[in-house]
Amino acid sequence: MAQKTVEFTVGRNPEMGPGGTPVASPLAPFDVPEPDLDSEHMLINIGPQHPATHGVLRLLCELDGETLVDVTPHIGYLHSSFEKLGEYRTWNQIVPLTDRMDYLAPLIYNCAYVMAVEKLMGIEVTERCKVVRVILMEMDRIFGHLLWLGTTAIDVGAMTPFLYTFEERERIYQLHEALTGARITTSATRVGGMMADLPEGWIAQLEDFLSTFPKTLDECDRLLTNNGILIGRTQGVGAISAEEAVNYGLTGPNLRASGVPYDVRKDQPYYDYETYDFEVPVGEHGDSYDRYLCRMEEMRQSLRILRQAIDRLPEGPINVPDPNISLPSKTDCMSDMESMIHHFKLITQGIPAPEGDCYFAVEASKGELGMYLVAEEGGTKPVRWRIRPPSFVNIAAIGKLARGHLIADLIMINASLDIVLGEIDR
Amino acid sequence: MTDETKSGLDAVDEGPVPSDAAGPTQVGVVPDPHSHPTVAALLERFGDAVYGHRIAAGDEHVVFADPARNLEILGFLRDDPDQRYDLLRDVTAVDYGGGRPLQVVYVLWSIPNRRSLRVKCELPLDALAIDSVVPLWQAANWLEREVYDLFGITFRGHPDLRRIMMPFDYAEGHPLRKDFPLRGRFSRAEQTRRALSQDVGRFYTEHDIEIGREPQELPRAGEETPGSET
Repeated sequence: MAQKTVEFTVGRNPEMGPGGTPVASPLAPFDVPEPDLDSEHMLINIGPQHPATHGVLRLLCELDGETLVDVTPHIGYLHSSFEKLGEYRTWNQIVPLTDRMDYLAPLIYNCAYVMAVEKLMGIEVTERCKVVRVILMEMDRIFGHLLWLGTTAIDVGAMTPFLYTFEERERIYQLHEALTGARITTSATRVGGMMADLPEGWIAQLEDFLSTFPKTLDECDRLLTNNGILIGRTQGVGAISAEEAVNYGLTGPNLRASGVPYDVRKDQPYYDYETYDFEVPVGEHGDSYDRYLCRMEEMRQSLRILRQAIDRLPEGPINVPDPNISLPSKTDCMSDMESMIHHFKLITQGIPAPEGDCYFAVEASKGELGMYLVAEEGGTKPVRWRIRPPSFVNIAAIGKLARGHLIADLIMINASLDIVLGEIDR
Repeated sequence: MTDETKSGLDAVDEGPVPSDAAGPTQVGVVPDPHSHPTVAALLERFGDAVYGHRIAAGDEHVVFADPARNLEILGFLRDDPDQRYDLLRDVTAVDYGGGRPLQVVYVLWSIPNRRSLRVKCELPLDALAIDSVVPLWQAANWLEREVYDLFGITFRGHPDLRRIMMPFDYAEGHPLRKDFPLRGRFSRAEQTRRALSQDVGRFYTEHDIEIGREPQELPRAGEETPGSET
């Protein structure tokens, strides 16, 4: 291999005055021909412990110079076999497993799981419960997108949006805490209702967030959207056409950035989403910048849905008034024989399901989140519990997105896909 | 450890007991095939290869297809101008236990027609192989790898059929099968021993190692790198 020998003449520049006017740096041009490196490929591991992979993801990059020839993601470092564990737990005992998958937007997972169980069992939840779950899911969509916004900004070198978004996330953490007692592992839902109704003053706390959050969002918008560095790092990077995006199974903002207006909330509406007034932002070029724009707009649309949901939040019971599904109140349990028997049956045996299977999908912050459940007649545990994880399918396309780009762009492409490893590995 | 002393977490090893009496794997209401336009078209075109139609959970249409012709049937569903199931939402498998066949489940969605369909292929336990649908949908690549890893179903023609969740050299079997115990087949000591004696090479495929070695084997100019004199 030819050794490059470059001579620099480094000395005090006489043209540089005491005021320090910069002049052209005296860099000596080097005329050593570039060695032919076409046949030399290099392997580089990014991760599994690396801040830019957003979790324990290992990206095995095959490089030609700085150009990516191929990227192979390796996953499984967080594999906990939630699906197998679910087969050993009753329907309600599975709820705590769900928020440990997407710990960036846990309430969407809590809701999606119990909604699938309710569909399997044919349970219709109360009107109040529906609206409360819509509020929680839209709140956590903002929650998830905020983390993506902050970390993506850090990946391109902007520190300020990260601080702004985490300040806002802290307020949603407090809302989580007020509702469930936990900040991340919420486990807020139960089959047929919620763990608890909204506490006193919770809606006022949420309204306070809604009134001030748009200002922060606008500030982040001003900092980033027309920022030359962000545009330079994202436009045309990791582009995928609409047809290919569908073929690769991308969902959520990653698919919509390519111009496909597929949103489960619009296409297979659940919980009266068809009656809410909101729009589905759609990109044009399918590159990282369009994915960024889609998510920014989605947060604004979530705010619209949240305001409408607060306006229509009805009074009434939050749990299904069926003693075979919902737990009786603790007071009833202690004083009423029948309630105690129901409590005992529900805790020791669980809720019996009819025979059959069910695929139920919601629009999570990362894409389409599907829950596939199989039950046997009278089964209080699932025969099979399958999560269709949006990030798992999205990250599988990273090789296609990154091929031919520079290795520095891989960080941006990975960030723009918005993955969470807890859900990929399960 | 006797059964009397089992308590706490040890008790969960008993887990879901597969039913001895092999029950049905096709459950749900048998509807009129014309209630779903795609099912009617499938029955007309493929006849016996589509041998079951059920409605599950109220409104979900499930079709049972001959595993030998899955590629043909799914290709028709994707490409036919009246069907256009262009989005493969999910590929997964179900083990009902009790010696019943494993089911491979394809969950399809048609973005233009806003229509959903679930196609199931039943594989007997002694012939766990089916054609890969990666030629139709790239999305199936990792989904099929996961089914292979966790259920042990082989996908013929898959470009890269390796374990994905479990380590490449995982020797205990396929975890989501009903005959797999919750805590694995090996003892805790054996699992620890294997974890400690890991070979770094197992994190790379043969192709990867080939690339990684190439630059090191190239001759260096003059062979005079610092420290090479010793």
